[in-house]
Amino acid sequence: MAQIFHRSTNFISRFSLFSAVFVAGLALTAILGLARSPYSTNQNISRAQPVQFSHKHHVGDDGIDCRYCHTGVETSAVAGIPPTKTCMNCHSVLYADAPYLEPIRDSYRTDKSIEWVKVHRLPDFVYFNHSIHVNKGVGCSTCHGSINQMPLVFQASPLLMEWCLDCHRNPEKALRPLEPVNEVFNMDWKAPDNQAEIGKQFAAERHIRSTAELTSCSTCHR
Amino acid sequence: MTSASRIFFGLCAAILSVAAAGCKIEQDMAHQPKDKPLAPSSFFGDGRSERPILENTVARGSIADDDLVVPKDSNAFPLPLTPQLLKRGQERYKIYCTPCHGVQGDGNGMVAMRGMKHPPSFHEPPRLREVPNGYLYDVTTNGFGAMLGYSAQIPPADRWAIIAYIRALQLSRHAPVSDLPPALRDKLDKLNAGGTAK
Repeated sequence: MAQIFHRSTNFISRFSLFSAVFVAGLALTAILGLARSPYSTNQNISRAQPVQFSHKHHVGDDGIDCRYCHTGVETSAVAGIPPTKTCMNCHSVLYADAPYLEPIRDSYRTDKSIEWVKVHRLPDFVYFNHSIHVNKGVGCSTCHGSINQMPLVFQASPLLMEWCLDCHRNPEKALRPLEPVNEVFNMDWKAPDNQAEIGKQFAAERHIRSTAELTSCSTCHR
Repeated sequence: MTSASRIFFGLCAAILSVAAAGCKIEQDMAHQPKDKPLAPSSFFGDGRSERPILENTVARGSIADDDLVVPKDSNAFPLPLTPQLLKRGQERYKIYCTPCHGVQGDGNGMVAMRGMKHPPSFHEPPRLREVPNGYLYDVTTNGFGAMLGYSAQIPPADRWAIIAYIRALQLSRHAPVSDLPPALRDKLDKLNAGGTAK
């Protein structure tokens, strides 16, 4: 019987087999890469807010401490969005007639909340707690980035679970000194060269839990 | 169609329909029907999920704060004075007070420099050195002049820690030399003698 296919089709068949595997691998890489890309994690997108509030100005230029407005950060799960009254502490006098602060004054007059746009959103099955991180020495800028340089805040970290775990497996790299000066709220803090060493020491002093406990499901999920 | 291919197509259709239904489900574990703190709510008329404290009710735990209320004209100090309290006061002072009152308490904070009304110095004229503790507590709680009250931002015990620190700030400029520890006094003597202290 005569052969149906020419000898050269052997190459085509092998080539298509290899390319099928290659394309499948490429597709998998693309899917995994896309899921981790800022496109999926909403990283680096400055959110427009109802008022042009600049963290760069208030934190960077004026040197106002994070806790002046985010009063809950040391004692509760959420740092808290300040009430309009906190804005009015200064802006009842400063820029009291500025048109772009009208939404603030309006909110203060009418007792209607300003609807700030949420920038860092975690899935509802994650129970993140600010206070434990802050009190154990994890700095604001470790997760939130250089807020003091952001006119409009964007999400600086991916907030993926692997990103959380990266730190829960090696917490010592993020632990800052609490004494004699508390560096947690210092936006310009840089890890010193001996961070691995002093981080371990901080972890022991502050009774940071073991990696097994920190990476247990129920640490973050209920 | 063979029975095998019929099963195959049937399975495909089932998987597709489940996947399509999955797209339409608006509630999943990442978006649960619950209100996270400060989330908007369509349930309450004012659109807030956070509820204000009702009139004639006392928030749990807040009754202990009644012990910290001191009349305006009283110089009582309701907490034990400890180094920890002063340290706490220093930290809280730096967070909440320095924007206007300045690190040294002279009223030259960054926000004051930018056009906010300059608050009076804690040191000179001596009025604020002479006011009773209860007066300072009243001002931190309810405000005075251009300063709004800080009761929403600073819990009562921290307000007293801040007052203790303000008193320490005031003392720092008006302590008699004889109160200094000998080492510091030596240093001062050398400075006064024209040498440079080391």
